[in-house]
Amino acid sequence: MINEDKSTWKATRDGYGKGLLKLGKEHKNTVVLSADLTESTRANWFKDEFPERFFSFGVAEQDMMSTAAGFALSGKVPFCCTFGVFATGRAWEQIRVSVAYMNLNINIGGTHGGLLTGGDGATHQALEEIALMRILPNMKVIVPCDMIEAEKATIASYYTDGPAYLRLGREKLPILTNENDKFEIGKATTIKDGKDLTIIACGVMVYHALKASEELEKEGISVRIINIHTVKPIDKEAIIKAAKETKAIVTAEEHLLAGGMGSAVSEVLIQEHPVPVRMVGVDDRFGESGTPWELMKHLKLMPNDIALACKSVLRKR
Amino acid sequence: MKRPDLKKLEEQAKDLRRDILNMLAEAGGGHTGSSLSCVEIIFTLYAYTLRYDAKRPDWDNRDRFVLSKGHGCPALYAVLAHFGFFPKEKLKTLRKLGSLLQGHPQLGLPGLEASTGSLGQGLSIANGMALSAKLDKKDTRVYCMLGDGEVNEGQVWEAAMTAAHYKLDNLCAIIDFNKLQIDGFLCDVKGLEPLKDKWHSFGFHSIEIDGHDFNQIMDALDEASGVKEKPTLILAHTTKGKGISFIENKAEWHGIAPKPDELTRALKELE
Repeated sequence: MINEDKSTWKATRDGYGKGLLKLGKEHKNTVVLSADLTESTRANWFKDEFPERFFSFGVAEQDMMSTAAGFALSGKVPFCCTFGVFATGRAWEQIRVSVAYMNLNINIGGTHGGLLTGGDGATHQALEEIALMRILPNMKVIVPCDMIEAEKATIASYYTDGPAYLRLGREKLPILTNENDKFEIGKATTIKDGKDLTIIACGVMVYHALKASEELEKEGISVRIINIHTVKPIDKEAIIKAAKETKAIVTAEEHLLAGGMGSAVSEVLIQEHPVPVRMVGVDDRFGESGTPWELMKHLKLMPNDIALACKSVLRKR
Repeated sequence: MKRPDLKKLEEQAKDLRRDILNMLAEAGGGHTGSSLSCVEIIFTLYAYTLRYDAKRPDWDNRDRFVLSKGHGCPALYAVLAHFGFFPKEKLKTLRKLGSLLQGHPQLGLPGLEASTGSLGQGLSIANGMALSAKLDKKDTRVYCMLGDGEVNEGQVWEAAMTAAHYKLDNLCAIIDFNKLQIDGFLCDVKGLEPLKDKWHSFGFHSIEIDGHDFNQIMDALDEASGVKEKPTLILAHTTKGKGISFIENKAEWHGIAPKPDELTRALKELE
């Protein structure tokens, strides 16, 4: 099921770049704004094709976000490109007032999300974006698991009113979805059925959840996996159904535990259908330098860590 | 463009000041000093310079005005009502639950171009509108009013660099230079001078005027319209609380509204 041949792997930022290019061709009101990270965010693909609709801001994320509002108030659909940590951190208040409060169709592509930025260390690793964005009214938060899904999410966000944050990555990941799979913002996809417990994952952790389930199935544990690509608005129905049918939940994200996807899932469960939950994520600490996959191991985000959480939750089931 | 009659403008500015004081007193809160300092400028924009149709506030070819110093919105609300964007009775609803006249501007009120109030963001928003107009090859002009204290915000200077980089000659920024911010006089809080030179060095065509003198305001706005290849900055010297003796130049009047007896005294001064 998973193609482990790394030559076939692609980064979600590439899907974003492809999506922007498609939108640029189809819609003249697509504009792309970048804060000095044009190649890193793949905004350069759009820039090369549509230079007149590409706007460069230098290292000025705050200015970029509010300028996007001016564009949106004039009928354009802006996509703002920078690293996730700077988009959601440095420019948070601009996103709050200029973007979310006015409920404009502004889409923010935050690349280099999570730990997989690797060597750059904690200042450039974004472990907080899901929390920072999902608390904002009107904001949608999407965490694609592969390049294909990232492209679909980019295009879907153009067509959906109001702002969206796309959490994108730099590291190449296996392709887990198909071109013809349906993608709908706010609708989670069950990518594997099972009855003993459900792993709810987003981003790279969908891949790790699949790997974990391979191990667990060998031990006779039947695992359902939900790819919750949209963290907000969250698919309550899929979460409640999984809780009712499998009676135990493990969440897995490359993000801080506080306020992240696992928190969002738990908010639903605790009110609607409480079941035992284990959350896999980064526990109240910053990242550090290292190779991407070394860091994933160091901070316990590997398939094995998910499998351990599954066994732990089963003991409480 | 034919200039409006000066005497009439001055009379109407008095009416606007009365509206502002009444609405603030009714609301029981708001920014009196900051609203009174920018009356002539905002009024001149709508009476003389801006292209708009109050019956069609979303008309595509309108010019834009962004009030970046959102706390001065009572002045803008009074002007918008004066020109028929919404009925004047609505002014009484300022800051009340469910009103479109929020304590700081919120999109949705007819004639209002952007939600503002968190300082520093408006010039960037105006830049986006000006860039968009250029992209569409429209002759739309965009005006943005900033507070002088607001210029402390780093984002203002980011936006200034953007406006100059993209040669936004369809953009005109106006600073309501009333020399006071919440904590006191600007020169004590954090000095801004030489302010005009700063904007000049950032690539703006900069003009310095008396922001209560209608002729100087109209001259400056006309000059701005003729500037090519660069944005314009009008540094308008104003008096905080202008027009009411006991409010003028008092930092403590930044964020409060007149009480009933103060309202009576203030309205008397405008007779």
